Amino acid sequence: MDCVLWGYMTDKLETAVSPEKLRRVAIDPVTRVEGHGKVTLLLDENDRVHQVRLHIVEFRGFEKFIQGRPFWEAAVMVQRLCGICPVSHHLAASKAMDMVVGATLTPTAEKVRRLMHYGQILQSHALHFFHLCSPDLLFGFGSDVAKRNIVGIAAAYPEIAKQGVLLRKFGQEVIRITAGKRIHGTGSIPGGVNKNVSIEERDYLLQDVDQMVAWSEAAIGIVRNLFEQDLAMYSSFGSFDAHTLNTVRADGALELYDGGLRARAMDGSTIFDHFDTSHYWDEILEDVKPWSYMKFPFLRRLGPEQGWYRVGPLSRVTQCDFISTPLAEAQRKQFMAFENGKAAKATLGFHWARMIEMLHAAELIREILHDPDLQGTDLVNIGERQERGVGVIEAPRGTLIHHYRVDENDQIVRCNLIVSTTHNNQAMNESIRQVARQYIDGKKLTEGLLNHIEVAIRAFDPCLSCATHALGKMPLEVELLDAEGIRVDMLSRSSEGVCESLA
Amino acid sequence: MVAPVLIFAVGNESRGDDALGPLLLRRIQEQASDSVECIEDFQLQVEHSADLIGRRQVVFVDADVSCESPFHFSELEAAHDHSYSSHAQSPAALLHTFKQVYEDMLPQCYVLGIRGYGFELGEGLSPEAADNLEQATAFLQSWLARSVEPAQAHHA
Repeated sequence: MDCVLWGYMTDKLETAVSPEKLRRVAIDPVTRVEGHGKVTLLLDENDRVHQVRLHIVEFRGFEKFIQGRPFWEAAVMVQRLCGICPVSHHLAASKAMDMVVGATLTPTAEKVRRLMHYGQILQSHALHFFHLCSPDLLFGFGSDVAKRNIVGIAAAYPEIAKQGVLLRKFGQEVIRITAGKRIHGTGSIPGGVNKNVSIEERDYLLQDVDQMVAWSEAAIGIVRNLFEQDLAMYSSFGSFDAHTLNTVRADGALELYDGGLRARAMDGSTIFDHFDTSHYWDEILEDVKPWSYMKFPFLRRLGPEQGWYRVGPLSRVTQCDFISTPLAEAQRKQFMAFENGKAAKATLGFHWARMIEMLHAAELIREILHDPDLQGTDLVNIGERQERGVGVIEAPRGTLIHHYRVDENDQIVRCNLIVSTTHNNQAMNESIRQVARQYIDGKKLTEGLLNHIEVAIRAFDPCLSCATHALGKMPLEVELLDAEGIRVDMLSRSSEGVCESLA
Repeated sequence: MVAPVLIFAVGNESRGDDALGPLLLRRIQEQASDSVECIEDFQLQVEHSADLIGRRQVVFVDADVSCESPFHFSELEAAHDHSYSSHAQSPAALLHTFKQVYEDMLPQCYVLGIRGYGFELGEGLSPEAADNLEQATAFLQSWLARSVEPAQAHHA
């Protein structure tokens, strides 16, 4: 740690003391993450970092968009929120509407939904690792920008690229079979599902599932090797202490579909455990900050300043008591024990934890495909109508909360969503500030250095306000402004990923 | 047997002009012959390379914020174009991934970019984009009539 370097910066880097005297650097938008985000850095004339903020445009518009719609449409409409994880929203909304219709799911309905969810976890984690993060990890954060993408991976590591494509494809096939369609699925409905899994569909998935388990297990080895090659860097990069939030099963096992909330403090002590998700607001509140459109959730009993936390694979894998499938549990133990727990505390440990979850999902898919309940015909079970519904699942990126109020005309009158990226808002800010301290402060900015910040953000895999996908968008722009706000340099990365200075 | 022609539309119908691709697809789908398969998705992803297997011709249809009105149509080559985001993988990069992963001959590929203007959640199609959609639909129908049916007849 460079103590001299620290002396130039404010303690938390959230708000500079005299921002009007500083240069502003904007990374806009952050690339390779869903939607658009922006990072701003305030630097002085000596390139010392004084302020770092991650700005994310949240999809608050959806909560208005859904108002006035009949409640049974919600599970389908919410898939329009995100092109990367529509199934997570589909299932969280379905769970909320289960509560509205007073449902207790039949075994067939719950298992078909779980299968769909595990397919989503598998395909999302495969996409994230093989196509968003492995370019950084395998080529190096400051490596040639031309190589840091999936095409570069395909050229240099053809087998890894192929496995990534086929793992992703398999997960999508699980979703297609359980949701009924490739996209805009209608498989999950209030109170259950509208189709089971036929013997033919089951056998089709069983053909490849062993290979998916094997590839998932091998992927963990890739991350482990990276840690072993440069333990000091991998353990410290963008790392920070954080409280954690995730769901667990009643026996403490990792639970992705339907668990109770567990919050642990930085020192490992339990803040609350097995908390009923249907009353999440008794433990989780949302704060606002003037510089960000995105809310900052916090643990109510710790308050907005101290109560921020981290969600997602790293929290889930490190805070559960065990994993219910054997291969993933063996990998979890190795991960937790690696170098006295250094990987389990590292921000880049997200990738390792994510691969353990991918293996867990593959094992669960294999397990559940052998369950005859998938071919059951009792699909829906509805009880007494309620006016409020809360659905909470562990989406690929972390805890996802859907909360609705429905009036007597079956119309949605209120909606509140807390997505994993919102839960991680403060944690992501903490991580990039740590990266700024470690790598940016006092140095001349280069594309490679700026990519370090993006590497930290991608470790969390934020799902930002789902931008439209249109040809011709500009993915990255960096501006350097002087104290008077005059642009002195500008670094532009075109939609093809080519960087050029426009100064 | 896989259909020799694939029309692949990209977009989100709930986000204003991002609906251009899916809306065009619906219109084509109504009149398409068995030799044409229509697929849509929110975004191009790497696994879509599998949808190219066994095709003779592929047309990617998407909203475009950079082309001139009403639309742009061009032949597509596989390109190591350094596109960063897998959620926004370009058609050219998808072709490159296809070649790398499947080591197979590429189908003849085209991109049809339809000029869009507004992309907010919950918005409908803008009037300008609606005009562009009409013209792009007429163009693609004509292209299909010229390109697909003669080839089909020749093939038969």
